[in-house]
Amino acid sequence: MAETTYLEAIRQALFEEMGRDPAVVLIGEDVGVYGGAFKVSEGLLEKFGWERVIETPISESAIVGAAVGMSYAGLRPVAEMQFIDFIACCFNQITNFVAKSHYRWGAPVPLVLRGPCGGGVHGGPFHSANPEMYFVHTPGLKVVCPATAYDAKGLLKSAIRDNNPVLFFEHKYLYRRIKENLPESDFTVPLGKAAVRREGRDLTILSYAAMLHTSLEAAGELEKEGIEAEVIDLRTLLPLDRETILASVRKTNKLLVVHEDTRTGGIAGEIAAMVTESAFEDLDGPIRRVTSLDTPVPYAPQLEEYFMPNAAKVVAAARELAHY
Amino acid sequence: MASTLTREQYLELYYYMRLNRELEEQMVRLFRQNKIVGGLYSSFGQEAISVGTAYALGPHDWIAPMIRNIGALLVRGFKPRDILTQHMARYTSPTLGKDGTSHFGDLKTRHVVSPISMLGDLIPVMTGIAMAGRYLGQKIVTMTWIGDGGTSTGVFHEGLNLAATQKAALVLIVENNQWAYSTPVERQVPLRDLADRAKAYGIESAIVDGNDAVAIERTTREAVAHARAGNGPVLIEAKTMRMRGHAQHDAAEYVPKQMLEQWKKRDPLDRYEKFLNENKLWDAKTKKEIDARIAREIQADVEFAENSPFPPPELAGEGVYCEGCHTVEADWKRPKEEVIPPRSSVKARWPPELFTGNGAQPSPGKNAEARSKPAKKSARTPARAKAGR
Repeated sequence: MAETTYLEAIRQALFEEMGRDPAVVLIGEDVGVYGGAFKVSEGLLEKFGWERVIETPISESAIVGAAVGMSYAGLRPVAEMQFIDFIACCFNQITNFVAKSHYRWGAPVPLVLRGPCGGGVHGGPFHSANPEMYFVHTPGLKVVCPATAYDAKGLLKSAIRDNNPVLFFEHKYLYRRIKENLPESDFTVPLGKAAVRREGRDLTILSYAAMLHTSLEAAGELEKEGIEAEVIDLRTLLPLDRETILASVRKTNKLLVVHEDTRTGGIAGEIAAMVTESAFEDLDGPIRRVTSLDTPVPYAPQLEEYFMPNAAKVVAAARELAHY
Repeated sequence: MASTLTREQYLELYYYMRLNRELEEQMVRLFRQNKIVGGLYSSFGQEAISVGTAYALGPHDWIAPMIRNIGALLVRGFKPRDILTQHMARYTSPTLGKDGTSHFGDLKTRHVVSPISMLGDLIPVMTGIAMAGRYLGQKIVTMTWIGDGGTSTGVFHEGLNLAATQKAALVLIVENNQWAYSTPVERQVPLRDLADRAKAYGIESAIVDGNDAVAIERTTREAVAHARAGNGPVLIEAKTMRMRGHAQHDAAEYVPKQMLEQWKKRDPLDRYEKFLNENKLWDAKTKKEIDARIAREIQADVEFAENSPFPPPELAGEGVYCEGCHTVEADWKRPKEEVIPPRSSVKARWPPELFTGNGAQPSPGKNAEARSKPAKKSARTPARAKAGR
């Protein structure tokens, strides 16, 4: 059986959900004839036709607005941002219209807004963003950041079937770099559940998306030094799986959070607050974090490498924490 | 004059316009008694637009009102008590006290989308509903309203451009009431007629006297038929005047008195009563009966609202997510097989007939060939009615 890349897994989820439910449509820029900037939606137009694969003008606010309208009419639209950086252009639609809809007047918005995020591919300040925390701070949304092909497929299927608006951040560094064998069955991965990727007793490393792989690489290095790191993949940032996080902290008593997002206001801060509120007595050391710098994502490879976390930075922080 | 409405319908138009005005006058009294929790926005002088436009729709069509479209909400079947309890933040309101003013709706029966305060956002949303309606075979039209000020927002243009490229069955009412808060329209828009905004998107437009209920209803009915027939969106500019401040707190001293005096002579309710008189559509007794009915209804609903409880505080923490409380179901009016492979399958290339070089193009679809022919001037194209400027 051929291995499936992270990108192909996303495409499979779209094919399968559109095949399963005619209420599912795709809307975005260049998603049809061209198949999307990264070819995620390649083949969908051919199979499902112009009515279900809707090419739009360059109008992010109109894309999200139209998707909201479709969802009010009972459809389950999947809207694509060509690069997730452009989500800033429709911030108002998402935070004011979409997120508040159910709370304010009981109107569910079953839409998925997906697109490629993340750095490490030298995309520069406008094609590398990790904007998840703007939306984690917005009640009413769900925010999903898959790290594996299996999760990308299973979480996207769950997101499409969910009655709530889901922002689905696909890490573009992972699109074609990771692959695995996927079951042929119609599987889903529940939203809001973290996964323990590696068991350990000395400290917990929490991460998500591309940084999960960096964290696992670091855990392999740490093992050589006799440090057993438990690595947890958050998978969904909102709602956050507090139980899995707290259970691991209660076991290892030390917590390191690793994210590619910038430092101030990143999810690490929220997790640190939550853990100190709920498991302060279980901590045997300060909660540490390895994150990107508080700057825009720089272009030159040397600058970007310096800006982002890598396995060496994670190993250094984890080693220090383990010996605390 | 040519008319399509029955006597009962003309009387119903009066009922809604008068109800709209009397309800708002009652809310001003409640505001002065500190019983309105937040702001109060008046549509005094603009009642003919809200009522006349919404009245031209069918029961399955959709609307999304703006802040000054209480009349449209009444036409769609909401009651004074819904509007009163919303403004008074009561637990019995459509949003249970979670939002105020006209920020409420009803997806399942009345097909009303709740607005948000940010202007222009409703245009792509209603475009999306029109697109979904076409996809589901519903033959619906969607309608929303925007003020002169709102036509300057980016999403107004994004939304209208998408609606035009999609040939969405959207009717957009631009209520040009001359003022965006304290700024006159002349300082906001370099156009004499806001209807000219439509030219940029290659869509039909009309200008109508916003204080003439009969002209508004008739023009809108034509626009709705045009959109429903698949000819694309229509923009109607209704020229009117905001006769009160931006909201109740605003004395609007920046508005020249002479301007108000001129527009007072064009009061839409006075004019409509004159129309009913001249066409012998009613008599003094009928008017008295309708007015008495309105007074009774408002009185009963004010009592209902005043006797309604405020929401329990802990409600604040509930309802962020839909957790099985709502179902999401599309109302299919065409065979689903048409959108399921193999029938849905196409060649993934732009159809050659698209490239006619004629500027704005429809999105390709099953009817791409037919659509790419030059559009004929529709007989139903709304006429440019005489402006009331």
